[in-house]
Formats: sequence, C-alpha cells, structure tokens
Amino acid sequence: MIYFVDNIRFSYRPSLPVVLNGVSLTLEEGDVLTIMGRNGAGKSTLMKCMLGLLKPQQGEVCLCGEKVSLLKPRFIASQVGYVPQNHVPAFGYTVFDYVLMGCASKIGMMSHPGRQEKRDTEKALEMLDISHLKTRKYNELSGGERQQAMISRAIVGKPKAVLFDEPTAHLDVGNQVKVLRIIKSLSETGFAVAITAHDPNHALLLGGKVAIFDREGGVVCGNVEEMVTEEKLRALYGEKLMLRYLEELGRRVCISPNLKSMKSMRLPDDPSATII
Amino acid sequence: MSTGKIANGRGKIALLMGLLVAGLLCGVVLAVCVGKYPVTPKESLRILINATFQQPIEASDMTINVVLGLRIPRILASVFVGAALSVAGAAYQGIFQNPLVSPDFLGVSSGACVGAALAILMSLTTVFISLFAFIGGILAFMLTISLPALLRNRSNTVLVLAGIIVGSALSSLLGFIKYTADPDTQLASITYWTMGSFAYVSLRDLAFLIPLLLVPMTILVLMAWWIDVLSMGEEEARTLGADVTKMRGIVILCSTLLTAGSVCIAGTISWVGLIVPHFARMVVGSGNRRLIPFAALLGGLFMLLVDTLTRVIGVSEMPVSIMTGVLGSFFFYWLIWRQRDRIR
Repeated sequence: MIYFVDNIRFSYRPSLPVVLNGVSLTLEEGDVLTIMGRNGAGKSTLMKCMLGLLKPQQGEVCLCGEKVSLLKPRFIASQVGYVPQNHVPAFGYTVFDYVLMGCASKIGMMSHPGRQEKRDTEKALEMLDISHLKTRKYNELSGGERQQAMISRAIVGKPKAVLFDEPTAHLDVGNQVKVLRIIKSLSETGFAVAITAHDPNHALLLGGKVAIFDREGGVVCGNVEEMVTEEKLRALYGEKLMLRYLEELGRRVCISPNLKSMKSMRLPDDPSATII
Repeated sequence: MSTGKIANGRGKIALLMGLLVAGLLCGVVLAVCVGKYPVTPKESLRILINATFQQPIEASDMTINVVLGLRIPRILASVFVGAALSVAGAAYQGIFQNPLVSPDFLGVSSGACVGAALAILMSLTTVFISLFAFIGGILAFMLTISLPALLRNRSNTVLVLAGIIVGSALSSLLGFIKYTADPDTQLASITYWTMGSFAYVSLRDLAFLIPLLLVPMTILVLMAWWIDVLSMGEEEARTLGADVTKMRGIVILCSTLLTAGSVCIAGTISWVGLIVPHFARMVVGSGNRRLIPFAALLGGLFMLLVDTLTRVIGVSEMPVSIMTGVLGSFFFYWLIWRQRDRIR
C-alpha cells in the first residue's frame, strides 16, 4: 500500500470550520483515484495533507508505511510526484531545466544534477512526447504543453505515486482528453495516481476508484460504478445531472439538464414595467 | 521576462565567460593606466606581473605608489563589490520569485546608512564608519527577519513587506541624523557616503573584507541550482524535495552578508544589484547555475568600468551612485521598451 490516509481531521485555524473531517482512503500501486467535491470542499487541502505540506490536527497520513508528518521533504518527494495547479514561474526556465528540477530529491544541498539526472530528464521528456520542446521556455508554452512538462517533472524522479491537482483546469477539451490519457497510462505503468476533478465524465473515463466529499468534510470512497450514480451526483452538485449508457462507448456518460433562465432575471410580465 | 536569443549549450556559455574574463583583465589594465597620473600599459603590466610574483619592480616611486597604493585597491574593491552586489541581487530575485527585487530591499542598505551616519556623527575614523555600517546593515536585516516571526506568518510576501517597513523607518532615522548633523562637515560626509565611492578603500581593509565576500559568493555559486528550485515557490519547492526553510535561510544570509560587506567597502551603490542580473539573464537565460557566475563577472566588469569612468571624468571625486543611477535608468527604459507590448 502506498498511501494510507487514516481518519484525518484538518482545519486551517481553530476558529475556522473543519475542512477535512475524519477522511480515510487508501491508494495502491496501479490505482487511479478521482477525488470529487464541490468548490472549496477540501480537495486541494486533502492533497496538501498527503504531500506533508499541511499537518492534520488528528489522524495520520502514511506513505509507504511511514508517517508523513515525520518524513523529510526529500523522502516524500522521492516517493510522490506532484502536479500542481497551473502556475507560471517568475523566470523563463527552459523546459529541460524545468523538468530537471524533478530530480531534486536526489541532489545534495551544495550540488547540482549530473549526467544521470540529465539522462532521466531526456527520458521523461520522451515519455510525455515533448522532447522537441526542451529548449523552449516553460513560460511561453501553451496550457496543454505546460501540463505535459509538469507531468514530466513529476515522474522524472521515478516516484511511486503521482498526485494531480485539477490537471484539466484551463485546458481545451482536446488537451483535457490528452492529459487524462496520460494519467491512465501512468496508472497502467504501475504508478499510483490520484487526481482532483470537477467533471464526473473524467471519473468515468479513468475508471478505478472515486472519493466524494460530502458537505461536512467527510469523504466516501469506492469503485467508480458504485460512487458515480445519478443519485450521488445530484446530491453532490445540487443539479439534475443524468447518467446515460452509451452503446458506442460501452460506458456511462454524464449529461447536464437543459438550462432554464433564472427567475431573478426573468422579464416582468407587465409590459408597462420599465427596466432600469 | 526576456525574449530574444539566449545562449544555449556549454560551449557558448564557456566562450562568453572567457570573453568576460578577458574583458575584466583588459579593464584592470585600462583602469591602472588612466587617471590624473597616466601610466603606460607596458609599465602597468610590468608592475602588476612583478608585484604578483613578488619580483623587484623597476619604476619610479611615484608610479609604484599610484598603481599599487591607490589604483589596485580601488580596482579590487570595485570588481568585488560589483560582483557581490550582482550575485546577491540574482539570488534574492530567485528566492523571492521577483525579477524586480534588489539587494537592499531587506533593509540592509538603510541600516548600513544609519550605522555609518551615526559613526560620522560621533566623528569616528573611517574604519569605524565601515564597521558601524556593517553592524547597522546586519541589525536592520535581523529586525526585518524577526517581523514575520512576530506576525506568525513566514511567507515571502510578509518578509518583503517587513523589508519595506524597516527600510522606511530607517530612512526616517537617517533623515533625523542628517537633520541633527553639522551641516558644513558631517552632513556632507553622510550624504557623500550614502552615494557610494571607492575613493577611500585601502589594501589593509580589503585584505579582511574580500574573504568576507568570497565565502558567501562561493556558497551561492554552489547552491545556484537550488535557487532555481526555490524560485518555484515555497510549496512547490517543498514538494520537489527542498528543505525550504533551511535553504532559503542560507541563501538570504549569504546575500545579506554580500550586501552588507559591499556597503561596508564602498557605501551604498544603487541599481547594480538590479540591472546586472537582469542583463545577465537576457544573455545566458534564467538558470541560476549559469546566471550567478556570469552575473558575478559582468557585475565586476561593470562596476570597474563605472568607477574608472567617474575617476576620469570628474574634476573631484564623484560618487558612483550618480553614474550607476543614470546608466541604470537608461537601461531600465530600454528593458521596458523591449517588452512594451507584453506589459499589461
């Protein structure tokens, strides 16, 4: 077992509401876990606890059998690759240099990457099919290319798990599918993968496990078949979402209902009423 | 930030570094020759070489005195101060993820000015002025880094804000010291000191101060790759495996020592720590492993040329900050002009 999250409780401050309230989940080799929840439900907070960036007030996150709170950043980084939400660094590093930073857990404090790390970087770029971008500046890449570079950086140190924080945010549909395909392939290669996602279709595409946040900061975890149901999605998002089986694809898809205009913006029936 | 072609590949970088070293050597010879008492290049080379290998020198006492007693200390000081400020600037910019940060933004320079002004107010000798400046700079820095601890928020933003608070408080204090100073003698020296000058450096002071600059500079060169990682932001750097608190602490401490040491040698010199790293980044790219050594050489050469220029054109000794300020604002205008379409 790679990750074992045991009944953690977290709030940013004692005066603020509890974000994670007794969250438990497990992540094993080759797993894909899709974490779903409304905006602000605590998906990113959960990931930060798993990465050791935040310390739960109660419970424990175990990584490879060790308590994350007792581990050094270097060890965590050697076991877990992290793909953060898209952010643009202040300086224009080349894609090669950017990906090379993923080797940091192997480098001493007064040292720098050597030949082996550079070879690993070439390989990671190849795996993500972006070798041709290596001399380009990361800042000047498109969103999809950046995502690929970030994934290369996350896997270059050969971790056991890769965590993605909203990997499909700000991407066009084509790039979303591309990134999901990469995620699926990573899990098939043996990485334990966890992502946070907003679109139920992404969970359906990836299969595997799904964890859903309830409104009290708790998490229910299970297989995609039992977790992604009309009933649960409607309860989660408060909209009449529909799941339909699509013969051509051999799987279910999630569709939103038609839009009705908002009551508060509907024009008054009285024609003499003036609109300001 | 910058566009255009940056040099890639080891060969090109090595070539550029070689050119800079050659430029620096030529600059040194030039700086030895020019001035109110001209020395021929041949003579200066002979003195330099013989002095380095401790051979007897055949030249007039006056020439030897000018070269070894006046010009060489000044040249050494300007090269090392230029290099130190540029390295400190590049390192600060990296860890604060902001290309507009300069070495004096943690209050070091303001603290040094207050220290020096106090020493001048007490009519102490130049050694004490330097010492007070150094202590003032370090104290101001310690005040700045203790504010985030008091506020219980150790983020970069709070640290930068703390630097602004300490800097402006100390500027007021400096203003007060100037206000109480004797306008004919002390006020003039305080003002002169805060504008920076290499006119009063002595070889004896340098023997102590240059190692003080070389140690932190070496550490920063060795840690340059980690500055790349730290420039990704605190959380990201941690997820990459960096011990952020420790590494950031070391980098800040080294950069601060470089700034305080420079101020101690030559007073406060503006702009160098901001524009040299910028320019270097345009040439060799953002990777700090190339940037920091390149910025050190470039900064040394730049400072040497600027000091030589002020020495040659001024009737009496002109403070170097006047020249760096003029060149700095022109350079900055050019920088903004280059990317005027992309600034929003």
